[in-house]
Amino acid sequence: MPAGLFHENYRNDERIFQTCFVKAWLIAFLIACALFPLIGSKYMISIMTEVGIAIIACHGLNILTGFTGQISLGHAAFVGVGAYTCSILIGQGAPFIIALPMAGAMAALVGMIFGIPSLRLRGLYLAIATIAAQFIIEFTIRRWDSLTGGVEGMYVEPGTLGPFHFDNRLQLYYLTFVLAVAATIVIKNIVRARSGRAFVAIRDRYLAAEVIGVHVFKYRLMSFAVSSFFAGIAGALLAQYLEVITHESFTIHQSIDYLAMCIIGGLGHVLGGIYGVGFWFILERILEVVTTNLNTAFPDHITWFVSIKEIVFGCVIVLFLIFEPDGLAARWRTIRAYWKLWPFSY
Amino acid sequence: MESEFLFFMQMLLSGLSMGSIYALVALGFVLIYKATSILNLAQGEFLMVGAYICLSITLDFGLNFVASFMLTMVFSVILGLAVERLVLRPLIGEPIISVIMVTLGLTYILRGLVIMIWGNDIRQFNIFPEQPVDFWGVKLTYLYLYSLGISLVLLTVFAIFFKYARTGIFMRAVADHQTAAQSMGISVKGVFAMSWCIAAVVSSIGGILVGNIAGVGVDLSYIGLKVLPAVILGGLDSILGAIIGGLIVGVLEFLSAGYLDPYIPAINEVFPFIVLVLVLMIKPYGLFGIEEIERV
Repeated sequence: MPAGLFHENYRNDERIFQTCFVKAWLIAFLIACALFPLIGSKYMISIMTEVGIAIIACHGLNILTGFTGQISLGHAAFVGVGAYTCSILIGQGAPFIIALPMAGAMAALVGMIFGIPSLRLRGLYLAIATIAAQFIIEFTIRRWDSLTGGVEGMYVEPGTLGPFHFDNRLQLYYLTFVLAVAATIVIKNIVRARSGRAFVAIRDRYLAAEVIGVHVFKYRLMSFAVSSFFAGIAGALLAQYLEVITHESFTIHQSIDYLAMCIIGGLGHVLGGIYGVGFWFILERILEVVTTNLNTAFPDHITWFVSIKEIVFGCVIVLFLIFEPDGLAARWRTIRAYWKLWPFSY
Repeated sequence: MESEFLFFMQMLLSGLSMGSIYALVALGFVLIYKATSILNLAQGEFLMVGAYICLSITLDFGLNFVASFMLTMVFSVILGLAVERLVLRPLIGEPIISVIMVTLGLTYILRGLVIMIWGNDIRQFNIFPEQPVDFWGVKLTYLYLYSLGISLVLLTVFAIFFKYARTGIFMRAVADHQTAAQSMGISVKGVFAMSWCIAAVVSSIGGILVGNIAGVGVDLSYIGLKVLPAVILGGLDSILGAIIGGLIVGVLEFLSAGYLDPYIPAINEVFPFIVLVLVLMIKPYGLFGIEEIERV
């Protein structure tokens, strides 16, 4: 039995699947996801669709914040840009196959515009610039009545792709599933490649990165573009899922939620987005059950339980940052390492 | 001509009153940032909690306004101390993202607690008289006058405090150079706690003032984010900058409401943020902030 994983050359080190074991588990997981609708109820299928959409969005945010180290508090706004672009294009009669990448491209463009200040800003100041982006985009959505339907929101025409119609929940689930898997593969490969190494170098010490020849501004802008592209795709799917979109789906609270999911999962880990989203949604379902039970048990005090969810999520964020700042991905790694050598850990 | 000038003065004075409240809250931001290098994004929730407590003591327990104001201050001090000790102290030395995110987590907790205790409705103070005062044609309500007055007094008090009081000098020393201050025998932890207390107090005063103007509701917490443009405009680490930035942003908000509204409705909601982006692009360290220079 091997005592650990030892790489003898760089090719080995960069392989996507480090061991056959990982590959087997992954294939099993994918098959489970593909067969899931056979046993899952309608409700579970729509929850899983939401999970898939959130995973795509979180992967995008993870590229920007986790790998390049640029804090973004405006991610939901870019998701919104994608949602409205796709819906408007479909409304104008464009086929879904064109509207979907256009949603990503539009979000990437807007993301790059708000990424320009990153030429001169870092850390806190950039975070504040993204808050400004969030408010400006949200305002535009709310007030540009002729294009976005203003505060009343807009009705989303269901997209079609060949024989598939995405007003069918099951087909939307499979579309989301395929795109989420594709997003994970893309992010894994970006991280392995030259650009991913440039991102990490900029995150760790941007002056040193510049000295060894990384074009800092170019890669920062690129990471904004990639991140917003993912956000745009997630937005297009979210619009299909929600059927009616208003600015309220894309507020700063949603942005904070995305960031919280990334942190809980583990910033700078490819699988961080998936772990974080999974944890978040499971906790949300548990709290839903708890709240309903409390409401039926104490019908006189319903007002007490309205905000349980908010308080618990707030506490989860704070506790994770204090006790588990590297997120679930890092914890999972330590647990795995421990069991691999158990019971002879020395 | 005459009426146009009056309209301009009306907007300018209303803007200055609102801006003086912004300046107070901005002062809280700057104090915490200067001493601890933390941007407290939960400032808006501090403000909301302060407003709710004062409202609750005044209306539900029937104490007079001054007494409940004082009680609110006491509570703010406790809130500031508790947050600093329980949440921020364990995170000293962690990366910026953790610190920003922890304050965002705090916003969730505080907002949830407020909704749990006081519910979701917007409530009114109705303490100050409604009818406006007439200054040569410019009409201002008592509320705006009181806000302007209270804010200006407080800002002066703090200016003197930082200049002459022992604790104020300690705080400036720590902001300037932590290690040096510590080796001179100043308790850095004490200064951190002090900064959070003062920040909580000034923001709940701001909260009570804004709550009187706009009614007390959960949306009050947005003031915390609205103040960000003021803080950046003045420079994150400059107290004078916070005051001037707050006044400028308040005036800009009202002027844009007055003059640009016919073209783009409700532009004043977002105008400060447009200014913020422009400032960040042109002069990222604000009017009075210290520029970080990095050399290889």
